[in-house]
Amino acid sequence: MQLKGKKVIIIGERDGVQGPAIEDCVKSAGAEPVITQTQCFV
Amino acid sequence: MVNCSSNQNVKPVVKGVSYFLAHVPSMIRHGSKPSREIGRDPSLLPSILSHLESFDRAVAYAPNQVFIGNLDPDDLLHIPPPWFKNPVPDSSRWGPFGEIMPEEEFYGMMKICDEFQLLLMEEGFLQEIALRLKKHPLFTVEDLEKLDKGVSLEHIEKQLSEGEAVPIYVQGDQLIGCCKRPHGGGAEEDANLVPHILLENLSTRASGVLALRHLIDRLGGAQEIDYLLGCGEEAVGDRYNRGGGNMAKAIGELCGCTRATGSDVKAFCCAPVHAIVMGASLVASNIFNNVVLVAGGSFAKLGMKFQGHLRNDMPILEDVLAAIAIWVGQDDGKSPVIRLDSIGKHEIGSGSAQQAIIDKLVVQPLDRLGLKITQIDKYATEMHNPELTEPQGSGNVPRINYRTIGSFAVLRNEIKREELDRFVEIHGMLGFSPTQGHIASAVPVLGHSVRKMMANEMENALFLAKGSLFLGRVTQLSDGISFLLERNKGG
Amino acid sequence: MILGAPDADSAGLYAETVVSGDPSWAGPLANVALGLPVFHIMEPEIKAQIDPEVYKEHLELMEIALDVEKIAEGLDKVRKESS
Repeated sequence: MQLKGKKVIIIGERDGVQGPAIEDCVKSAGAEPVITQTQCFV
Repeated sequence: MVNCSSNQNVKPVVKGVSYFLAHVPSMIRHGSKPSREIGRDPSLLPSILSHLESFDRAVAYAPNQVFIGNLDPDDLLHIPPPWFKNPVPDSSRWGPFGEIMPEEEFYGMMKICDEFQLLLMEEGFLQEIALRLKKHPLFTVEDLEKLDKGVSLEHIEKQLSEGEAVPIYVQGDQLIGCCKRPHGGGAEEDANLVPHILLENLSTRASGVLALRHLIDRLGGAQEIDYLLGCGEEAVGDRYNRGGGNMAKAIGELCGCTRATGSDVKAFCCAPVHAIVMGASLVASNIFNNVVLVAGGSFAKLGMKFQGHLRNDMPILEDVLAAIAIWVGQDDGKSPVIRLDSIGKHEIGSGSAQQAIIDKLVVQPLDRLGLKITQIDKYATEMHNPELTEPQGSGNVPRINYRTIGSFAVLRNEIKREELDRFVEIHGMLGFSPTQGHIASAVPVLGHSVRKMMANEMENALFLAKGSLFLGRVTQLSDGISFLLERNKGG
Repeated sequence: MILGAPDADSAGLYAETVVSGDPSWAGPLANVALGLPVFHIMEPEIKAQIDPEVYKEHLELMEIALDVEKIAEGLDKVRKESS
């Protein structure tokens, strides 16, 4: 899937990859984050 | 004792740690997740009630035995999972670090904590509890007087049908009391003084009191405590002071700490480790000689993953309130030392990638001390029992954190990539903590580390805790803090 | 949707929820198939599009820690089942 130009929903996880870190990554690929969340299940 | 005569820094040490579990299966229905789901679908309640563990089984549950110190974390390696199917033979509710208390007795402690007569309890039940608590070594005559006479069951039923009240049960569904709304001073209209929140605060106070009483019972000198730092997850306060706090003093009040003042530290799950750093600093700077950290259990997290447990037809194991108390004092030549030159902190500018967090909490502090990642005997990280988290698809939290630390050792060429599993085995341990947020974050390992260092079986351990600030929807920031604990080489 | 879950189980759970509906039948997405395209941030086809410097800063470490292959397998399964 091509990320460039896509709107992206980001669901990060505290002990995996957190939302803001994913946001930086997808922005660098030309995508537009519309929702960024980080989950914590504990 | 405040000592202003010397400017010389003293080494702060951990003199002791206590752990307390209240086994409250009948409270699971009031946990945040179960109560929301039961509200949506009341037919869930019978299956919740049929999946509750008995007190004897909770005592024999291996992770609980590790928590109170009767077993070492590494003993879990020799007990085949699932641990709930392999009870520990001849297990005791009493351990070197504290105890596991049945809900009936714990409700008694909650009633003792209830200074505003919010809890109504049935008279026969209270009589029975008074007899039981009389035999408990940590309850006093004054405590028993506070239990009061109680009310009739009809009175409780009337309160529940007429007013805003939360029912309290034993044995799953046997009604013995309720928590009502306070009256007067505008409390009737206060969204922060509803029975559910007050029940949460009372259970936090009661569990914190028992953790602190265990600590004082072992170390002595309630009067020697200068300062109490609360580090639980509750938010005490009214509409003008939401989260205003000072649970620390409320707990100390019932533990004979008449010379202490205190305050609460708020930092989500990593509040206890923040509090250790602050307590150690107060001791090192000679402001106070003895600082005790205390945190009660998280009521809201009871039964948080019950759906996964029901799906797997296993008992709902998130059935305990867990509390801790930690005594930080001046160097005595034997207790393990908190290295204040080792503090790692996740800074506002650090970013939220795990890489940045572990770099700040592990790599940079060790670099400062000239230590390699592999030179730390054990790491204490998020210690959640995987048996509680995996059925709900939340993974094995300690394992992933240990792998992340080990991955830094790979990046730094301290170990080879294929040695990562071995790193986790040597420097990590299996998760054994109840999923009680702040309680699970690094601090469950402290008691075991202190014991091993005092016995010359361990040199050092690094404690790192993470906080999920984003859960409050105020900032996307993460948080984290760490410190190194070292065997005391003095004498 | 891009995920950052640390293991195959939790990544799979999210994916299933937004692709074919909440597998636990609990939330508002029970029986609602959104059919969203869902990937993990470390799957090779996503990684290839990220600026290598940014990837290195945020994800180099986690690529060692996480079992990316297993996570990708889990997501593949969900994607295939819905197509």
